[in-house]
Order: sequence, then structure tokens, then C-alpha cells
Amino acid sequence: MNFEAIKAIYIFEMTRTFRTLLQSLVSPVISTSLYFIVFGTAIGSRMEDISEVPYGAFIVPGLIMLTVLTQSISNAAFGIYFPKFIGTINEILSAPVSAFEIVIGYVGAAATKSMMIGIIIFITAHFFVEISVEHPVWMVVFLVLTCVSFSLFGFIIGIWAKNFEQLNLIPMLVITPLVFLGGSFYSISMLPEFWQKVSFFNPVVYLISGFRWSFFGSSDVAIEVSIMAILLFSSFCLYTIYQIFKFGYKIKQ
Amino acid sequence: MNPIISIKNINKTFSTGEEAVKDFSLDIMKGEILALLGPNGAGKTTLISMICGIIEPSSGSVSVNGFDVVKDYKKTRSIIGLVPQELVLESFETAMNTIQFSRGLFGKKRDHEFIKKILTQLSLWDKRNTTIMELSGGMKRRVLIAKALSHEPSILFLDEPTAGVDVELRKDMWAIIKNLKKQGVTIILTTHYIEEAEEIADRVGIINKGELLVIEEKRNLLNKMGTKTLTIELNSKIKSIPNSLSSYNLQLASKGMSITYNYKKQEEKTGITSLLVDLKKAGITLKDLDTNQTSLEEIFVDIVRK
Repeated sequence: MNFEAIKAIYIFEMTRTFRTLLQSLVSPVISTSLYFIVFGTAIGSRMEDISEVPYGAFIVPGLIMLTVLTQSISNAAFGIYFPKFIGTINEILSAPVSAFEIVIGYVGAAATKSMMIGIIIFITAHFFVEISVEHPVWMVVFLVLTCVSFSLFGFIIGIWAKNFEQLNLIPMLVITPLVFLGGSFYSISMLPEFWQKVSFFNPVVYLISGFRWSFFGSSDVAIEVSIMAILLFSSFCLYTIYQIFKFGYKIKQ
Repeated sequence: MNPIISIKNINKTFSTGEEAVKDFSLDIMKGEILALLGPNGAGKTTLISMICGIIEPSSGSVSVNGFDVVKDYKKTRSIIGLVPQELVLESFETAMNTIQFSRGLFGKKRDHEFIKKILTQLSLWDKRNTTIMELSGGMKRRVLIAKALSHEPSILFLDEPTAGVDVELRKDMWAIIKNLKKQGVTIILTTHYIEEAEEIADRVGIINKGELLVIEEKRNLLNKMGTKTLTIELNSKIKSIPNSLSSYNLQLASKGMSITYNYKKQEEKTGITSLLVDLKKAGITLKDLDTNQTSLEEIFVDIVRK
């Protein structure tokens, strides 16, 4: 195992994060604060409690997930797409590093950055609403698993993308709607029966539900199902990445 | 002596159907400087990319230090440094960060003193904290060399190292390459500057359309392929070459004021003595003599045209 290479990729990527601190960390915090002001305080004060949880607190896990999912994808996608775009990928391809080590480096850095953002949003939420975490260990587990699995997905998008437009296509057209319709701002049980069934085809429902369970102890789907869903998604991403490197898809000629 | 790089019947056909490298075999010896000459699109970069692992060969094999570049890629790549043709660098990074990144990528722990030594040798130490986008083209080229040397490779590939750099920097690069050779580094450079190969290479390979046309010691190549031209300046103008001298294939030049004679230096009998005797017999008096050696450039053009 080339640990030095993993470390080098990780440090290089994290340096980029800290170099663009405003864009990387401050911007998601500001946008999430705006959500808290609009949905949490302004609208939330006129909303009923959901499962005995005040609406302002109810949306906290969903908002963290919303940001963490989109940030994981865009960070990881950009991380691997940028070297491809400017040509520095050739240095990585000519280095004694395996596909696995490359993935750990890039996905590790992208997931770390998303986790940092998730934690900052969690802290920011305390300024707007009163919130407590019923299962802190599970909260961390869900956060880590979500950051890693969606960074893996972002890594795939970064390899697949031919241009910057494609790089933003999936996060914009697929992920954002899935997160909004996945129960970020409401409980699935609030929907008519038909739409509840449709929602269960949305994988993000399981993530948000599981994450919300770690906060409030109540969820739309069983916690075991949520964990299974996220592990399945991670396995799918890992397998796809394995195939990509095996056949050199869009990396090697 | 075992070759440090052994290329056996390697082929590369791209998905477009283009055959970039055709049945290419070559042994590269430890510590030599090999120059690969060839016009644009000859397959030089594709060949290097296959040895370094950037491109997969369609067939054939390459071994580096006895290890296969595909099966034992970690062992082979860890001893190879590559200076690419294009100035590909992360614009917003500092020179130091990007060099440290390369060292780590090749599995080496950070070594400030070693990096300082390289940067000083390449006149980059003062620019270590400058971002890449603030550096000139020549300085960027030096950063690429520093990156390639950062993990102490024993084989260095330089793909068109002096393309687009000024004369001063080119001479600096040559000095750096010669110095690396003294340290035992095997150097393979591709170039289309014949002058570069003539100046620093031990062996010269000529590639065209993906095939290795010639591989020779530079001196042997110059001697074997090189024709010398004897220019005989005459005392008085002549209208034509006398028939008695027809066997020499002489050419009349300078409006009848000189004759040129081509001969192979390596041949036992160059024919110069008999030519001079026959010229005297024909009543032609000489004013001066001059000889010229064919340059590597002329040899190259000659081989590629064939």
C-alpha cells in the first residue's frame, strides 16, 4: 500500500479546500442559514410539530443532508475532473499508485470536506433552533457513510464528465430534486398514500430518514433498512469505480 | 550488461484505428542518454506513455529493471521520472506544494533538504512559494523537471524538454541532463531538435510512423551515414567537368569556379588522392580545399524521406 501517495493526494486536495475557504465553507453555511431563517423561523413558526418535534428542529437533519449530499458529489467530481481537464491526471497514472489508493485519496478528501460542512451547519443550527441528538454515535455513522458513499458517486461523475456542464448535470438535475423530494423539509407520512409509495423508490428518503432517526428517535422507514440502503449504494459505487479502472474507461486510452 | 528498459514487439492501435506504434523493439542500457528523433506524430510520446503506464499497449511487452510495466507497475513506475511535453501544472498551487505532491505520489516521505537541493540546482529555490500561474514558461518547464526528479528516479524520460524554450534555458537543460548522467541516471529524451541529440545523446534512435528506423551510437551514425563533401576551389573557371573525371560524379559549382566531390569517410579508399592526381592530369589547378561533414539533421531527413 502506497500510504505516502494517499497522504499526498489527500493533503493536496485539502489544501485546495483551505485555499478556497470562502467558496468551500462559508458559502454553504450562508445558504443553510437562509433556509433556517425562511423555513425554520418564518414559515416554521406557523407549522405544526411533526412527530412531536418542532418544525424548525425537524428540518435540521434534512438540511444537513441536502448540503452534505450535493457537496460530497461536487467536491469529489471536481477533485478528479480537474486533473483530467488540465492534464495532470497523467502524473497520477504514471505514479506507482493503485486505483484503490487514488480513490481513497480523492474520496477521502471530498468526504472530509463534506463532513466539515455538515458539522458547521449542525453548529450553525444551534443559533436558530433548539436541538438535541438522541443517538450521537449513529448520527456520526450516518454522516460518515453518506459523505463517503456520495463522494464515491461524485468520483464516478467526475470520471464520466466530458465538460463542466456534464459535471453539474447530475447534481442539478438528479440529486437536488431527489433530496428535496426525499423528505428534507417534511415527513413522508405527510404525503398522500400514492406519493408515499413513489417516495420509497427515492434512495435519499432512506438516508434522511435514518439521519433524522439519530436526532429524534423517530423515522419514516426502519433504521435497519436505511443502513442497508446506504451500504448497497456504497457497494454499487465501489463496484462501478472498480470496473472503470479495470477497463480504463475515460482514463486510459 | 542487462538493459534497464527492454521493449519487445510493442504495438499500439488507438480506438480510432490509428496505428501509433508498430512492432517496436528496443533495449535501453543503464546510464546512457538516448535521444529519440522523429517528426511530429511519429509515435514518440505514445511510446513513452506506454513505458510510463499512461497508455496501455495493444500487444507486446515492456520491462523496466527486469519487471513488467503492467504486472509489476508499482516497481517499475517508482524508478521512472517523466517530464511531459505539455506544461501541465495546477496554476493556483505553489511550486513547492506541487513538487512535494509528486514526491509523495511516488511513495517517498517528505525530505525538505533533498527538495531544496533540486530546486537550487534548477534555480527555482527563490520561486518555491510562487504560484505556478505567476511563473514564466521556462520556469514552469523547470518545475516539471523538479517534479520528475523529486522522487529520485533512476530513469528519466524527457518528452521534448526544450520545445519552445530560449537558447539560454536550453543550454541550462543540457547541463542539467549531463549532470544527471554523471549521477548514473538513464535518460531518454524525445526531440525534433537535431542539435539537441547531437549535443548530449550517446545513442540516437530515429522513429517515423510508429516504427524504429535506425538505432545507433551517435558517433557511429554520423560516421556510417554521414557523407563528407570535398569542395575544390579552382584557380580558373571551367565550363564543364572533363570526361576523364566522369567516374568521380563531380559537380560543378560557383559558376565553374569550384568542384564538389562526395565521399564516405568510413570507407577504406575515399578516392581523394586519385581525384587530385586526375585533376592535375586534366590540367586543372587548385586554389583551395575544404571538407564538410553531413549533420545529423541531414541524416535524419534522408532516413525519414526513405
